[in-house]
Amino acid sequence: MGGIDDLYQELILDHYRRKRGEGTLENPSVAVDQHNPLCGDEVHLELLIEDGRVTGLAHTGEGCSISQASVSMMSEALTGHSLGDALDLVEHFRQVMHGDEPADEERLGDAIALEGVAKYPVRVKCALLGWMAAKDAIQTYQRETQEVVG
Amino acid sequence: MSTAATIDVAAIRADFPILARTVHDAPLVYLDSAATSQKPTAVLDAMEAYYRETNANVHRGVYELAAEATTRFEAGRDAVARLVNAPREGVILTKNASEAINLVAWAWGVRTLRTGDEVLVTEMEHHSNIVPWQIVAEITGAQVVFVPVTPGGELDMDAFRALLSERTRMVAVAHASNVLGTINPVAEITALAHEAGALMLIDGSQAVPHMPVDIPSIGADFYAFTGHKMLGPTGIGVLVGRTSVLEAMEPFLGGGEMISDVTTAGSTWAELPWKFEAGTPPIAEAVGLGAAADYLAGVGMEAIRAHEVDLTTHMLGALSEVEGITVYGPKDPEVRGGAVSFSLPDLHPHDIAQLIDREGVCVRAGHHCAKPLMRVLGVGATARASTYLYNSHDEIDTLVRALGNARAAFK
Repeated sequence: MGGIDDLYQELILDHYRRKRGEGTLENPSVAVDQHNPLCGDEVHLELLIEDGRVTGLAHTGEGCSISQASVSMMSEALTGHSLGDALDLVEHFRQVMHGDEPADEERLGDAIALEGVAKYPVRVKCALLGWMAAKDAIQTYQRETQEVVG
Repeated sequence: MSTAATIDVAAIRADFPILARTVHDAPLVYLDSAATSQKPTAVLDAMEAYYRETNANVHRGVYELAAEATTRFEAGRDAVARLVNAPREGVILTKNASEAINLVAWAWGVRTLRTGDEVLVTEMEHHSNIVPWQIVAEITGAQVVFVPVTPGGELDMDAFRALLSERTRMVAVAHASNVLGTINPVAEITALAHEAGALMLIDGSQAVPHMPVDIPSIGADFYAFTGHKMLGPTGIGVLVGRTSVLEAMEPFLGGGEMISDVTTAGSTWAELPWKFEAGTPPIAEAVGLGAAADYLAGVGMEAIRAHEVDLTTHMLGALSEVEGITVYGPKDPEVRGGAVSFSLPDLHPHDIAQLIDREGVCVRAGHHCAKPLMRVLGVGATARASTYLYNSHDEIDTLVRALGNARAAFK
């Protein structure tokens, strides 16, 4: 099948079959929904945020192998990061998907396997779905907590 | 149906230059004609000849070139009118089927609908026959009411009868579903709508390209379709309206071409059909659409329909052999069109489409601009293979083989 192996690497299929972080949290700090209007893929993302860090992440939803593997990989990559670092990592992943930055394996973890998606412009949106949900969740949390403090 | 109606697929394919190309080193297997059809040389040549030989604006200049351009443009309208047996003054050229439906929603709906009125649509509509009505309902206070679809993928006619009332002002229904393939009993629905005192609009985007359609015998007040799904170019659609209804309506878009007189105090409108065609129309596109209509008529709509019933029979049979597959819509090829939606366990439609693309096979994956129907089916997306006059049994066999390979890749 030639070049298609770039897209469907074993690591991606593994995350698709056995999603990390799938489910819901007992007491999420923030929950968001993100969907791709072009294909109908959906992700519901919950974050637990303690002392300015992402300490828990859970997701549900449905979508193609790329969107589901990506959110699974992201759940591993983001957990433990401060909110600022998490947003930076989301931005790095976005740049990688648009071919604007070389992928940093140390930061991305298994999500490095998605590097090849950049060659399939139609599928970039699939790969970004969960990450855009994370960005939205963190920013929503920051807005809400600022309002409380202010 | 006449059994003599057959077509020579090899000869037809030779008329479509794109079908000779390869994709990823595999022969192109184009099974997405419900999204857009390929174009025969006759259409490409007619459009190029128009630009090379007679390009000028229409209905304006007195010089020879302008007269020739106008003649070719209006001949395009005549060819479309002939194909669907409609009087030419009721054939309005629009940008696409969506604009044709928006024309009715705005020019008729906004001025007519009131609080308490209802527009009846169905759960199997394309967004183009839902969203314009929702927008106009929001403005007027009318309600958009959905006729349900049965588990077998057909319209629930008992529910339709029950939902029809004196509140119903418009019934808007697809002639054939772009997802399920279902061909709806539009003449019967039109008669019921008229009995209830409602107007009837049919979205024929998936019907006119694929089967004989005689609009006057159906009896609808409005019938919309699009050019690019019937071998014509993009950028042109058609609204066929009953002339008495169109005459009573105010224009949709205002501008050049559609006026009789303009003064600082106001304007009066051109005759039908030009009253509804503001601005310079899609001239080359009308020429191309005319060539497409003539091409279809030359092959014969009965023959095309017979060929597609044969292809659909083969497709439904071949797909049923694929392990775990779910095929949506009616199972009887005689009551459905050639758009066949399906899903496979553990293989998302996007992945199906991507994997089989490597073998040259083009199918659509997604919600097919029919999200309410996707919710009824309980899926976020499906894969859809759709046929046309140029497809063959071999191509369907290639699809089925590619689906098997896709499943194996994900095992």
